[in-house]
Amino acid sequence: MDIHALLATLFPNGHEVAVDGALVHGTATTAAAASVVVVGTAAAVAIDAAIALALAGRILAALEGPPRPFVFLVDTSGQALKRHEELIGLNAYLAHVASCVDLARRCGFPSLSLVYGEAVSGGYLSLGLMADRAYALAEAQIRVMDLKAMARVTRIPLEQLQKLARESPVFAPGAENYARMGALQAIWAVPTAALLEAALTDLLRDAPAARDTRIRVGHQRGGRQLAEPAMATVARAA
Amino acid sequence: MIRSFFGATARERVAHLLDAGSVIEFLPPQESAPSPHLARLGLPGALDDGVVVGSATLEGLPVLFAAQEGQFMGGAVGELHGAKIVGLLARACAVRPRAVLLLVDSGGVRLHEANAGLIAISEIMRAVLDVRAAGVPVLALIGGLCGAFGGMGIVARLASHVIMSEEGRLALSGPDVIETVAGVEEFDARDRALVWRVTGGKHRLITGDCESLVDDDIAAFRAAAAHALHAGVAPAFTLAHLLARQRALAERARLLAGLVDGLDVWRALGVPDADEVPMRTADEMMSVAAEMEH
Repeated sequence: MDIHALLATLFPNGHEVAVDGALVHGTATTAAAASVVVVGTAAAVAIDAAIALALAGRILAALEGPPRPFVFLVDTSGQALKRHEELIGLNAYLAHVASCVDLARRCGFPSLSLVYGEAVSGGYLSLGLMADRAYALAEAQIRVMDLKAMARVTRIPLEQLQKLARESPVFAPGAENYARMGALQAIWAVPTAALLEAALTDLLRDAPAARDTRIRVGHQRGGRQLAEPAMATVARAA
Repeated sequence: MIRSFFGATARERVAHLLDAGSVIEFLPPQESAPSPHLARLGLPGALDDGVVVGSATLEGLPVLFAAQEGQFMGGAVGELHGAKIVGLLARACAVRPRAVLLLVDSGGVRLHEANAGLIAISEIMRAVLDVRAAGVPVLALIGGLCGAFGGMGIVARLASHVIMSEEGRLALSGPDVIETVAGVEEFDARDRALVWRVTGGKHRLITGDCESLVDDDIAAFRAAAAHALHAGVAPAFTLAHLLARQRALAERARLLAGLVDGLDVWRALGVPDADEVPMRTADEMMSVAAEMEH
């Protein structure tokens, strides 16, 4: 979905969100939270160190103001695949973005993310999946790797992967699978201001005690049967 | 006697890194079952799903540990593997050991369980930061076959303190992934010296992504971890820390703009006699790093 159309739909009360190349940043007015800080990416950009720094910079700048929620708008094809990026330590830049989101949560700035385009691997890990609540549009493409590439790398026939993908949410791309596994709170058929308002209301109600409940949700929804009991056994072993 | 960290299994590392007789494993193989996701694909599993988690002492201090087995599925994170680490980190928030040691040896997400692996890594990321916020340091030890790549490369960088050997590798995308997508001229994954200059322990010490460089010897990792615990390592992140890191990472990107080889990075960062880096010992490199800070 086009970022400008998305912004107009989500924030009918007005917004001052700029789309600077691939960087999305600004503030918007909502009923649930008055002002929210909007940070994200557009055009399915591959996240490199420069974009990671820009994202982190916007989050840190907001932390110097009064507490309010973040809305992360996610459209990324993953991390930039370049030797230079690895050389300078792209993992450190992505870890920095994640640390900023985490600190924000602890400072009274809860966050929700919405995948409105693509969300792939490292690009999704550092921002969208660090939010307190994650959402996606039904048309969103969320994946680690598409099935064809997965078949090539794992040397498992594509037909076998396609057949298994119909039975199990564990490896195949798709927002529905991420919802079943507990990573997505909900999938929005189409974006509306009302859905965002409701999500912000939920976020503000639950956020002060925000814990990572995704393993439990994934268990309740039947997408991850192993994780919850294993985690609990290790956490509580005598 | 030198016992290589690189060539050891996860269980051998645990046995020799931590105090003899102190190790208690949680969810040990006899109480666990291999991944049904792998079984469905006709692949052999492992009873511990490629990670050993438990409690122990290090020079008498109570610690929790997770050790990934690089020799099983490249140490990659699947549903069960990830959940064991998340459970260990949750336990750390409750029992407050002196530290959590993460013996990272992983290519990142296990593709056969890609969604579960990606979600688990994001849960590990949050949980590591929870542990740090609870005042418990997290140490990442990297010196195995598979290094620390993919999401585990991000996790390692969230740790309070990173200990690497020269043989250790720390990055995000593996060289083979970059070569496959962007071509051999972008990154020749078979050029081992190049891979080492871009991701290896000495390079990471110089870029500031690793605090301790040690020899490829489990005893040296043990000594560095114990030293870090006694000396005290970075507390949880504060806004001031993250603002300082923002400036440091921006400065790094500016200084290293356009570079594609470690040797050029070492020169740009002012390492004396940068050409000599491959010949230097871990101790010599630690002295070089200390001088660079001044």
